Amino acid sequence: MQPNDLDRIARQIRLRDLQAVYEAGAGHIGGEMSAIDILTALYFGVLRIQPDQPRNPDRDRFVLSKGHVALALYVTLAKRGYIPEDEIKTFLKPHSRLNGHPNCNKVPGVETNTGPLGHGLPVAVGMAKAAKILGAGYHTYVLTGDGEMQEGSNWEAISSAAQFGLNNLTLIIDHNRFQQGAALKETNDLAPFATKLAAFGWDVTEIDGHAMTEIVPALEKRGDRPHCIVAHTNKGHGISFMQDRSDWHHRVPNAEQYKIALAELSEAM
Amino acid sequence: MNAVTTSPKLHDCRDAFVSVLERLGAENPRIVAVCNDSVGSSKLGGFKNLFPERLINVGIAEQNMVGVGAGLANGGLLPFVCGASCFLTGRSLEQVKADIAYSNANVKLIGISSGMAYGELGPTHHSIEDFAWTRVLPNLPVVAPCDSVETAAAVEWAASYPGPVFLRLSRVGVPDLLPQGHRFQPGKADMLRDGDAVTLIANGTLTHRMIKAAAILAHEGIEARVLNMATVRPIDVEAVVAAVRDTGAILTAEEHSVYGGLGSAIAEVVVAEAPAPMKLLGVPGVFAPTGSAEFLLDEYGMAPTAVAEAAKALIARKSGRA
Repeated sequence: MQPNDLDRIARQIRLRDLQAVYEAGAGHIGGEMSAIDILTALYFGVLRIQPDQPRNPDRDRFVLSKGHVALALYVTLAKRGYIPEDEIKTFLKPHSRLNGHPNCNKVPGVETNTGPLGHGLPVAVGMAKAAKILGAGYHTYVLTGDGEMQEGSNWEAISSAAQFGLNNLTLIIDHNRFQQGAALKETNDLAPFATKLAAFGWDVTEIDGHAMTEIVPALEKRGDRPHCIVAHTNKGHGISFMQDRSDWHHRVPNAEQYKIALAELSEAM
Repeated sequence: MNAVTTSPKLHDCRDAFVSVLERLGAENPRIVAVCNDSVGSSKLGGFKNLFPERLINVGIAEQNMVGVGAGLANGGLLPFVCGASCFLTGRSLEQVKADIAYSNANVKLIGISSGMAYGELGPTHHSIEDFAWTRVLPNLPVVAPCDSVETAAAVEWAASYPGPVFLRLSRVGVPDLLPQGHRFQPGKADMLRDGDAVTLIANGTLTHRMIKAAAILAHEGIEARVLNMATVRPIDVEAVVAAVRDTGAILTAEEHSVYGGLGSAIAEVVVAEAPAPMKLLGVPGVFAPTGSAEFLLDEYGMAPTAVAEAAKALIARKSGRA
């Protein structure tokens, strides 16, 4: 699939995500917009997966560690054929399997339950280590938020991945510079990430996390060590008044804002 | 009812655990052991020698250890994640909840040196909260075997059970109580002795103390039923209801806080299904002082003589004489 095609799909996913947040009256729209280009590149360009065989042992693994952007994953999974597209309208409804954080026992395509931060990377290390032990060829990808990297468990896992020589593991840090209540630099600024990961023995690539021409090659890069992609992104990307505003972490647009956001995303299509 | 053997020899249940793990490991190449720099204390040296590539030591990093366990299971392996119970459950409780129980990952959590096995090391190393922390988690059977025979049987069962398990082991020597060849049945208590005056229920390192207490009572003409209840979740409702029906009172003892453990789990059944007087023995909601596990169990009223006295007081309550 060409970068233009991926961009088109990403815009469709953004639009559906926005609509679902507005309809459900909840979501984590800022971080969803920052992650959607990466999710699109993974599911439509890179992952070796078969939606009708979500437990195929040879499938590439993707772990959404920043589980609060579950909606963006649901929309992507629906578009890729894992769940009915029509089901997105049940997001957060009573008894819907599409709750605020992804559930691997209910939603095909979800690999492990996330929600509390700092969980996905250790699990991804286990997946990659299992492939090494079994001689399996699948690759494991995990997406974390940059604020999430403040959790100490991630650094336990980063150290482990290097120790185990997991060159079949790719960590993508969605570096949108904002967490729930503040900019990272106002709380516990871990940036720059690249030097830290390199010091732990990882290969590091820094990219524009909204440019398909940079995302896809970075995801496909292979080497001798675990690979970290520091994806420079914008919280709320694609919607002007949300961009780079931490207060849009989980706000819901009002009717007027929704109209503006719809227009902006539609215009881009 | 299981015949109680009276072997005076004491066994470290870790030996039974690793002996079965090594045998199963030879049969099933998907079995891996994961630990937190605890090859020695988990007695995984033999496993490591046999299957070096299947021993995954993550170092002192319990959150990562449990998460890695979940990932290994996702990749198709059968991980036994071993660590001191105080750290395995306490340090990584959220990983146990989200990555293992909620995700229903086929991971066996092996809590080593549970209870007050590290008595002298103090309350940081006591694991007298782990029943309470784990038994509230859906999908996670919680099992504390009473001897080496039951440990071996429980490990065998855990390996064949297609879901997460928390197995709580000690390092304190215990005599063999169950007959060789005993088959572990999750959620089912073993009646080690029958009686009609009171039922004594325990698991882990306390079961043999209940046998001894029942012998003391028998000398005085009091016949106590003794149940070994290794599975704390799911609790054996039927055995508890039968105990109340047949004996009218239940005494529990555990190497755990009296809050939230085996006694509490049984009390939940008693109040809902069959109200009757109970006495819960355990650590009474305090940080225990320094001392060996055996010393501390005695200190908190769980010497066989003290248990017999507590049982008599309970029987008196049952018949309205106290």
